[in-house]
Amino acid sequence: MSAPAAPAPAALRFRDLTLGYERHPAVHHLTGEVPEGALLAICGPNGAGKSTLLRGIMGQLRPLGGAIERAGLDPRDMAYLPQGAQVDRSFPISVYDMVCMGLWRATGLFGGIGRKDKEKVRAALAAVGLEGFESRPIGTLSGGQMQRTLFARLLLQDARLILLDEPFNALDAKTISDLLDLVRRWHGERRTILAVLHDFDLVRAHFPQTLLLARAPVAWGATADALAPENLLKARRMGEAWHDDAPACAA
Amino acid sequence: MSATDLLIAPFIEFEFMQRALVGVFALALGAGPVGAFLMLRRMSLTGDAMAHAILPGAAIGFLLSGLDLFAMTFGGLAAGLLVAVGAGVVARATELKEDASLAAFYLISLALGVMILSVKGSNVDLLHVLFGTVLGLDDPTLFLVAGIATLTLLTLALIWRPLVLECVDPAFLSSVSRAGAPGHIAFLALVVLNLVGGFHALGTLLSVGLMMLPAATARFWVRDLTPLVVCATAIAFVSGVVGLLVSYHLGAPSGPAIILVAGGAYLVSVLFGPAGGILTRRWPRRHLEA
Repeated sequence: MSAPAAPAPAALRFRDLTLGYERHPAVHHLTGEVPEGALLAICGPNGAGKSTLLRGIMGQLRPLGGAIERAGLDPRDMAYLPQGAQVDRSFPISVYDMVCMGLWRATGLFGGIGRKDKEKVRAALAAVGLEGFESRPIGTLSGGQMQRTLFARLLLQDARLILLDEPFNALDAKTISDLLDLVRRWHGERRTILAVLHDFDLVRAHFPQTLLLARAPVAWGATADALAPENLLKARRMGEAWHDDAPACAA
Repeated sequence: MSATDLLIAPFIEFEFMQRALVGVFALALGAGPVGAFLMLRRMSLTGDAMAHAILPGAAIGFLLSGLDLFAMTFGGLAAGLLVAVGAGVVARATELKEDASLAAFYLISLALGVMILSVKGSNVDLLHVLFGTVLGLDDPTLFLVAGIATLTLLTLALIWRPLVLECVDPAFLSSVSRAGAPGHIAFLALVVLNLVGGFHALGTLLSVGLMMLPAATARFWVRDLTPLVVCATAIAFVSGVVGLLVSYHLGAPSGPAIILVAGGAYLVSVLFGPAGGILTRRWPRRHLEA
């Protein structure tokens, strides 16, 4: 199984990739290409290896087998929004400072934040609808406002590859639609976007390509085909449990 | 007795009080910010553990060359850094969490220190290492403490961003920069440095007090990061001054006096602090409209 042939050069290429924990595979023998500028949804049941795949792409997990090629992508060209991002909400820091961290690539340890950067931060806050929240401590934000803050930070990171892990969980319709606008804007700027999602209706409406994962890849291609009923049935049959005495994989 | 007699005269009259004043000022400059970050990083007890960890180094230095500033400082630094770096490396290279690996290292170190002191030293030696002598600070010690304060402020300026970001969102920091681990190790080194500077004045155990009590106190008055650091430093200094005066007028030992003053400020703040103190939580003001 492989991604559809595309004219765009590949941003990511998986070569017989196996990722996992303590020898147990969570993503099993994945091969394929993500073309540059793709807007790819990653779907599948719980425990299917979706988050693991994103962590692998970020280089936080070493493959058990195979390889990930990140065609010329520096780690700094990648932005990653982990699932339920583990932000210490009790830390005394303002929304403004939190969003400023997205400028890290430009400022590093010492770089000052000039007038131009301040303008950018203001624009990012406006884009996610958080004007007037600049000086609020992050501990006082609601779940949706926090997610908007994290998206503003993503905006400033200006990354070519954006990885989103269940970015719309537990958000109301208005927030989801606002954040989806941003995703569409990034897509328009030909950034590559991979998003782990559970809402099939949302995927069908907004994501042209889908990878259906159930440890092994079940389907990868145009969303309507990948999410066909027979594929979903196949994905659902995946056994979630590990077996301690599972034999070594022959493939 | 006038206010001048009470507050100013001791410092004008006696050189040892002036030295002690300079000493607590330098200690506060270093310990305040370090303590604030220890608290924000939820490592409040780490300072205590590190204070125990520097004991064997200081003890070995003391036994080899008596009350020699250089030997005890170097010994304490070496032991503290060994434990800090060892624990940090084990935590990042293995599955063991930082608190567990630090506990293992410092307990070994503490047992070693007590062993050395009780086999070779006397009780008086032990008391000196444990409780220090802020009223007997000589020139080299003052330079050492001032140097440590300077180095602390410079290093904090250097690692400020990774330090903050690793507290708030470590996953994000590791995705944009590799400064997280070196920043953390540098910070642990600062903790050790400040404890070593503090132990000449206050002893290994009490020097933690000048770090953690002002930080915890400041937290009840301000919520923002920068004011918190400034406030903690100021509280550390004021506790030092008031503690010296208490010790002077009552003839009490100076180290415990300083820490008890800081402790008193903490208890008052727990009750009356506007940022989450008991009274403001128990009887909050009327809620707002929006």
